[in-house]
Amino acid sequence: MNIIQTIGLGKAYGRTWALRDCTLAIPEGHVVGLVGPNGAGKTTLLGLATGLLAPTCGTITVLGERPAAGSAQLAQVGFVAQDTSVYARMTVADHLRLGAWLNPGWDGELARRRIGELGLDPKQRAGSLSGGQRAQLALTLAMAKRPGLLILDEPVASLDPLARREFLRGLMETVAERGLSVVLSSHLIGDLERVCDYLIVLVASRVRIAGEVSELLAAHRRLSGPRRDLRTLPAGQEVVEESHTDRQTVLLIRTGEPVNDPAWTVTPVSLEDLVLAYMSQANDTPARRSPLGVAS
Amino acid sequence: MIRLTLRQFRTQAWIAAAALAAIATTFLVTRPPLSNMYSASGIAACQASNDCGRLAASFIIQVRADAAYPVLYAAGVLIMFLVPAIIGMFWGAPLIARELEDRTYRLAWTQSVTRTRWLAVKLGLLGLAAMAITGLFSLIITWWASPLDRAATLGSPILANRMMPLLFAGHGIVPIGYAAFAFALGATAGALIGRTVPAMAVTIVIFAAVQLIMPNFVRPHLIPAAHTTVAVSAGDANWVAVGNGLLITGKAAIPGAWIFSESGHVYTGPAIQILKTCYNGPTSTPACGSAFASLHAQMLLAYQPASRYWPLQAYETAITLALALALAGICFWKIRRRLG
Amino acid sequence: MIEFQLDETSGVATYLQLAQQVHQALRMGMLEPGDRLPTAQQVVAKLAINPNTVHKAYRELEREGLVRARPGLGTFVARVPSGPDPATQTRFLTAITDWLRSARAAGLGPDDIEAIYRTAFRNCFAEGVA
Repeated sequence: MNIIQTIGLGKAYGRTWALRDCTLAIPEGHVVGLVGPNGAGKTTLLGLATGLLAPTCGTITVLGERPAAGSAQLAQVGFVAQDTSVYARMTVADHLRLGAWLNPGWDGELARRRIGELGLDPKQRAGSLSGGQRAQLALTLAMAKRPGLLILDEPVASLDPLARREFLRGLMETVAERGLSVVLSSHLIGDLERVCDYLIVLVASRVRIAGEVSELLAAHRRLSGPRRDLRTLPAGQEVVEESHTDRQTVLLIRTGEPVNDPAWTVTPVSLEDLVLAYMSQANDTPARRSPLGVAS
Repeated sequence: MIRLTLRQFRTQAWIAAAALAAIATTFLVTRPPLSNMYSASGIAACQASNDCGRLAASFIIQVRADAAYPVLYAAGVLIMFLVPAIIGMFWGAPLIARELEDRTYRLAWTQSVTRTRWLAVKLGLLGLAAMAITGLFSLIITWWASPLDRAATLGSPILANRMMPLLFAGHGIVPIGYAAFAFALGATAGALIGRTVPAMAVTIVIFAAVQLIMPNFVRPHLIPAAHTTVAVSAGDANWVAVGNGLLITGKAAIPGAWIFSESGHVYTGPAIQILKTCYNGPTSTPACGSAFASLHAQMLLAYQPASRYWPLQAYETAITLALALALAGICFWKIRRRLG
Repeated sequence: MIEFQLDETSGVATYLQLAQQVHQALRMGMLEPGDRLPTAQQVVAKLAINPNTVHKAYRELEREGLVRARPGLGTFVARVPSGPDPATQTRFLTAITDWLRSARAAGLGPDDIEAIYRTAFRNCFAEGVA
């Protein structure tokens, strides 16, 4: 089953489209990385998935139902918002009570244990916690309701490296323990590389590429060799990114078959390079490319 | 959800309880002397209306001799106007606006409770609490003022009676309706504006406007007004020139009633020429007196009699409750269509 | 129990790194048949990686016949990979250590040594590159 399925999903504010033509079928049991620059539409997509936003056009189903369709569907999805939202004047213990009161599936034991392991003082007001502690509190709240899907919007953006590693560690431990699906967004692929096995690249309100990381890495290659005209490439090779000097051409291509041309030196592509290539492809408009394919 | 609502409401609840305790103590403590004066005045047993009017007037003069009582009476009425306004601003406006402003809705609306249920419990529980506490305030203050209100109803010209615009919404059950209305108004303003302080400002402005509109445009017509014609007495007569005639009006007094419209007539003729020279009124000279008497001047009054006090209270409360429900409906609509 | 490390800069997929480390441990004699590999949860607790990666590594090892997954009990080493025995391993380890020492004595720095090594390696295994 697909945890999230969208068909032609779009969201507009007035005349500006925050997200458009979004068609995805995300399988369950994965840690999904949603990557894109700020303003690309990641928060919009996650807002649509949690039911906090309503689509302008197209459809989205989460765990088979419309988002926020009822309390049963809401119970299945946990959400950690960007700049984690907690009630500043309520204590940590109050937040756990909030979780217990509002979620029939609440695992109080898990929540208490996690708070203890994190070293949070139950009597401390959430507003006086550090950024990392607030993020961990929000994650605890989302996890303890025992959802089938966890959605996190830029959860580590404002955390220092140690807090970042701790956050991801806690998250992955829960995934290992309970096999839930996770969707994580970030504007840095470096944050997500360790943990994602499914990738979506979102740039300028459109999905550029989506798929399992292992398949994406297997389907992309870096080719470097003497300078040549791109029209001589075989049909199955789609150029994602190109750069030329007067003597050399370096391409990042997407292909289903092995590259047999001996003129090319073929090397694998790292996830970071792949994401950067699709991001810069999105920024190139056709007008910037001359017939010989020289990037300006 | 109920427990969460109560937890989030803790501070406001304590403040309300403390205010109620303070008010209750003050008014309870000052009531016995008032009760004593009232029983001593004999108003309770009076039958003939002339007698009652006189007894009521002397009772009120006696009460006024102690400077504290008029102040307490006025304070009581003022409190009953302020309580709904404060509820609207401090219970209603932050209800949704704060969640939107602080962005905590992203936590609140992603638990296992639908937005509809979340709002229904918050509006319902706190709306009922608003009505209950306002009811308690009104119970204490109306009960405290009841001797004075009874005396004024019997026809003292010194004290305005409880039917009159400034006092009507200060006693009885009407404040309960206004509390519900102000609360719903605050919540809706918060939902539509999305920020607490502007929502508070809008709430108080609209609430004040409604408090001006109701007595002037709505309340007179809630029950078709009673009409009567009274003679203008020489001692009370006033006139202004209109064309070549005089518009003559006087003072009207109907015990315990709210007279909201007095219309005099324009009189013409020879008597008018005489009256135009009477600068001190009809009593200046005997000639003025007989010229005035020949007119048999009358006024048409539109009024709500004292007997309609509770029906008017009931209708106005029903209207404010209906407005509150309509506003609540707008709240639900806005929340469900969130977010922009 | 084996302790996994992760080299993020190596460009090698994580699951392959884990599998390689198991291979090496087996060759060096640090893991023996019957030993239990860490659970996904244990690996994740240390490395903060996706548990699917651990499962993928263990599946790969199982495909090679080196380990066997016993449901509810864990993943256990089945056999040692065919290949040079520890004695042969030690012989070549000694030989290359001697070579490195003499290279350093001759004044070669780490980068020079690495360049020489990579050229020789590539020449030796050239047919394998796609």
